Amino acid sequence: MQPDERGYFGDYGGRFVPETLMPVLDELTEAYNHVKTDAFFWAEFNELSRDYSGRPTPLYPAEGLSKHCGGAHIFLKREDLAHTGAHKINNALGQGLLARRMGKHRIIAETGAGQHGVATAAVCAMLGLECIIYMGEEDIRRQSLNVFRMKLMGAEVRPVSGGSRTLKDAINEAIRDWVTHPQETHYLLGSVVGPHPYPMIVRDFQSVIGKETREQALAKLGRLPDYIIACVGGGSNAIGIFYPFLEDKNVKLIGVEAAGRGIITGEHAASLVAGKMGVLHGSKSYLLQDKNGQIRETHSVSAGLDYPGVGPEHSYLKDSGRVEYVAINDKEALDGFQLLCRTEGITPALEPAHAIAYAAGVAGSLDKEKIIVVNLSGRGDKDMDIVVEALGVQP
Amino acid sequence: MNRIDSVFNRPEHKALIAYVTVGYPSIEATLKVVPILAKSGCDIIELGIPFSDPLADGTTIQKASHYALQNGVTPKICLEVASQLSQMVDIPLVFMSYFNPVLWHGAELFCRDCADAGVDGLIIPDLPPEEGSELEAITKRQGLDLIYLLAPTSTQERIRLVAERSRGFIYLVSVTGVTGARESLPADLETFIARVKALAAQPLCVGFGISTPEQVRQVARLADGVIVGSRIIQLMKAEEPTEAIASFVKGLRSAIDKPTAND
Repeated sequence: MQPDERGYFGDYGGRFVPETLMPVLDELTEAYNHVKTDAFFWAEFNELSRDYSGRPTPLYPAEGLSKHCGGAHIFLKREDLAHTGAHKINNALGQGLLARRMGKHRIIAETGAGQHGVATAAVCAMLGLECIIYMGEEDIRRQSLNVFRMKLMGAEVRPVSGGSRTLKDAINEAIRDWVTHPQETHYLLGSVVGPHPYPMIVRDFQSVIGKETREQALAKLGRLPDYIIACVGGGSNAIGIFYPFLEDKNVKLIGVEAAGRGIITGEHAASLVAGKMGVLHGSKSYLLQDKNGQIRETHSVSAGLDYPGVGPEHSYLKDSGRVEYVAINDKEALDGFQLLCRTEGITPALEPAHAIAYAAGVAGSLDKEKIIVVNLSGRGDKDMDIVVEALGVQP
Repeated sequence: MNRIDSVFNRPEHKALIAYVTVGYPSIEATLKVVPILAKSGCDIIELGIPFSDPLADGTTIQKASHYALQNGVTPKICLEVASQLSQMVDIPLVFMSYFNPVLWHGAELFCRDCADAGVDGLIIPDLPPEEGSELEAITKRQGLDLIYLLAPTSTQERIRLVAERSRGFIYLVSVTGVTGARESLPADLETFIARVKALAAQPLCVGFGISTPEQVRQVARLADGVIVGSRIIQLMKAEEPTEAIASFVKGLRSAIDKPTAND
């Protein structure tokens, strides 16, 4: 669905930002509405998606994994093969082109796992834009490989020491930068969160994943899949693959959040499964908060899912019942990670390892005729240190 | 007439507004310093409810908020502190809170509790008028002013919108940026204030980045009130905070009242 005039998906969304940014958001909305129907803009986006990002990414029949699970056929949408190693490049490319069109040459972005930071740094290098990435100190520690990649591509990485020193705090700091330099800066937000129009813009650029999946399923299988499963942190890869299937009521859509050390421990990042409505980072959505309305610290083995909020459209899709949201804990995700390594020779990022783990369970309970597509949103090179540490030295 | 309006109805009087984070560095300190602020020449006190993610604040207030939260300060405690303070001082108290704690508390209940505590108004930096209709209706019912903000980036259209809706006064954010002391006032401040003055009937109070007597004096010549925050928070950690703050605020007061003293 399209958000309403005020940027709401049902009860969720809106614009809860300091006044300084309201005119900037109006300007962004107007610029985006303008390019939405501009054939030249999309021609360039599509051309670069093909030649720079390597799209379309394959829809791969994971025979080994399917056989292991002993039920439904699992297909992987290989976003891990996209340039820079994750789906994040789709949005970074789209917004980079939009920023250039708006005459904004200074790009700021936040990053958690570093995938969005790397994608943004790459696009800025390619388009000749200045690039500053905010990243929590804790994430810098656990995703150091991506920090080097960003720096190599000319980005300045600014460590964020406030709060839990993770993605949430990186967004706070990026917003503070944006409030200070609103005229010349484009904030290249990396997920379907934030004030309107971001949840809509990011979704539109990411929906290329679902559009391709649809065409590939019809071409390859002659029909749509029965299930589509994707991990949800902020929710951009999930909305990207779900969105073109929302009207296909026979396709079951499942979003997998991070249950961390377990929902009952409180140390998790499952906003939709265990949160309540609140306002953070400019929009109203499900949110993990304490009994006084303070934002709770979250935990996930995966930096990209370690976030207390979620995109407002997901909140809407949860309430409407169109998408089912579940949670997978750290241990299950690590099992999913190893399972895909062993059965397919593919190393997933820890984020989609949550989706793999859940899909493996679902597949085992289904007939062989059923088809499951898992969005393999990124590759796992960045996570090697964490996995080695979590599993002990011998993998 | 409510108490905020009466501050601005005194002829030839410019308002001095002080911000403190409730519970920084302790609840006792807040209870002690607010009466001193009132006695030293402040006309309105802005009580900051600490929030985990204060994205409109610079490092000084971020740290104060974090510290207060570590001390266990909650919106409920802030209401209790306000209730005690309203017995101790005669000047209006306004809460400055991010929207989520208000929403979580329940907007209706929160506003009723504010009214009961003797609070006169609310400033919510992440609630633009587009999102404020419901809270406006509730605050009106409870006799509270919902004070909106304008910024140098605000368009004519947005200035008109806030001029239609803000009650008590309009909070002009002096700079594009976050809270925190700065060396000089922005060059376009006079133009910005004039743009708002042309469209708004409410008193205009200017905050963000104002911390010295000279800055206060300059702003008071252009606007109806001046808001000082981060510098007071810094002084809360001085060796003799009450004395330091009293003499700082008296200095600001006299800079406002004798605007030509240094000319």
